[in-house]
Amino acid sequence: MTELQTLKPFFTDRQDVLNEILNRYPSYGRRSAVMPLLWEVQRAERHISEPRIHEIAEIIGVHPTEVKGVMSFYSTYHEHPVGKYHLQICSTLSCSLAGSDEMYDFICEETGLVNGETDKEGRFSIQKVECLGSCTTAPVLQINDTYFERVTKSRCKLLLDSMKQDKLPEPWRERGGDNAGAEKAKVL
Amino acid sequence: MDTTATVAEKPKQITSRIDPRYEVMMYKYVGVENSHTLEFYRSHGGYETAKKAITTMKPVDVVEEMKKSGLRGRGGAGFPTGMKWSFMPPVDGRQRFIVCNADESEPGSCKDRYVLEDDPHQLIEGMVIAGYAIQATKGGLYIRGEYYLGYERLYKAIQDAKREGLLGKNLFGSDFEFDIILHRGSGAYICGEETALMNSFEGFRANPRLKPPFPAQAGVYGFPTTINNVTSLASAVHIINKGAAWFSAMGTDDSKGFHHVQLSGPVKRHGVYEVPMGITYREIIYGLGGGPTEDIKAFIPGGSSCPMFPFTDQYLDMPMEYASVAKAGSMLGTGGLILIPKDKCMVDALYNVVRFYAHESCGKCTPCREGVSTWMPKMYQKLLAGLGQKGDIELIEDVSANIRGRSFCVFADACIMPIQASLKHFRHEYEYIIENKKSMYPKKSRWAE
Repeated sequence: MTELQTLKPFFTDRQDVLNEILNRYPSYGRRSAVMPLLWEVQRAERHISEPRIHEIAEIIGVHPTEVKGVMSFYSTYHEHPVGKYHLQICSTLSCSLAGSDEMYDFICEETGLVNGETDKEGRFSIQKVECLGSCTTAPVLQINDTYFERVTKSRCKLLLDSMKQDKLPEPWRERGGDNAGAEKAKVL
Repeated sequence: MDTTATVAEKPKQITSRIDPRYEVMMYKYVGVENSHTLEFYRSHGGYETAKKAITTMKPVDVVEEMKKSGLRGRGGAGFPTGMKWSFMPPVDGRQRFIVCNADESEPGSCKDRYVLEDDPHQLIEGMVIAGYAIQATKGGLYIRGEYYLGYERLYKAIQDAKREGLLGKNLFGSDFEFDIILHRGSGAYICGEETALMNSFEGFRANPRLKPPFPAQAGVYGFPTTINNVTSLASAVHIINKGAAWFSAMGTDDSKGFHHVQLSGPVKRHGVYEVPMGITYREIIYGLGGGPTEDIKAFIPGGSSCPMFPFTDQYLDMPMEYASVAKAGSMLGTGGLILIPKDKCMVDALYNVVRFYAHESCGKCTPCREGVSTWMPKMYQKLLAGLGQKGDIELIEDVSANIRGRSFCVFADACIMPIQASLKHFRHEYEYIIENKKSMYPKKSRWAE
């Protein structure tokens, strides 16, 4: 309980953020704010600790168990801190067919981590995730909130190298479709 | 970064505009620079359709127009959108909601993401029209947590629309008011199920609710609610703008309008293609997609939960419409078309699908928690590890038969249907793996250098 008593509440200095989130929802839907509040904590602290769960529960006016129940249901809230660069590798069918299994192995080799682990410095963490909705530009690697699409082996290497120097490159956006151009396409 | 590979490339056009027979509507501005801004959207007639609906049409006329258009929900189930809107109870002073399901997470599908990211105002306009039609003054927009770019852009788009008086009170000089609550999910496939989505929206664990009551009777916060997919709502803009007759002139007798095919797997040109209904799978795969890059043995017509078809003339020449696909034993689903190469072990491919459903099962009901989440992945792991025994196929079939139709929501069926289809068409691969203790096709890397 000492941690609960000594840690400064997360939203003390973020009253405007808190109020903005609470005001999004109608008065009878105060509980809806649980998820956005969890998101705020997750994004700032890379995990959601027990004291934060108690704090959110108090804001919403429910028992902490309720908040923990919500948090543990969803796969993007973490109980333990993820790395500064949280690598989420899509492993579902379309990405798998485009080589995401090999990409996962490669990233494991390069970082020395496996699924679910964070390194000692808190720099990298790896999570195998399910379909990210980027099937036509597979394989996709999500780093924190950003999608990196059609990650070839050389692009993956570049990404890892630059993150090792503590830089995250600008994302490129692939869209696929008819980018070959109209004149090249034949319609049966 | 000083390397060329990571420099942000100019956005590329997507869609089927390479097909001269069809003019792209919803995806027209996807991939165009700054297409997500309000200025851009208004520069090509944005929000004029909402204005037209609110100032010149009665709500019931909008619903009628949607019914006449023949639009069926594009989220997977294919329920007629106009009819869904007409299920709302009479106005009785209670709050009413229109909810947009942007929790796109069916493996193989990505059509909603590009609308959310590149044309958010189109969706907002669609929601305003839908809200007016069902007389809902509040909209809920549930976007999946991973779509952060889409979330940011929608957040900004809603703020901009509010500032410009396109959301809020007295829209277009009428006494209709409409507002949108943007809610971000956190990575759970089950939130695509409408009642689970409502629970998640209310800040609960996303377990499905018992139906009835249906959302139209008791939805978000217990109020009458209509839930539609992103592309269904965005279609409303074009239907009201150009008329139901224009929309229903496209497609076939059974399936009207256009749909979005999301082509993935080993094919030359992956991508989202906006196509009129009734186009054949051959046209999609060979015409738009440029043909497969290796031998194909099967294709999934509408996202991972739809039973697969063998890659034969019979199925390739089938028109993409609800009735034909259903008659052949599958579903149109979301239109996520996945090609499965010949030398991919089918048991391994199915294990991938099974693992997905095992991970995403919400754990509410026993058939799904014990069957989909526990038994199925174990059976497939056993087969792939070379430990298969005689009778394992029958056991999978037996477990499947006992899950299908017996779970709380359709989630478990979504896992079982592809399993049964793979057993129907590729049973010999299961038999091979049991007999020889190894896959018919060894693992092969397809990761591009």
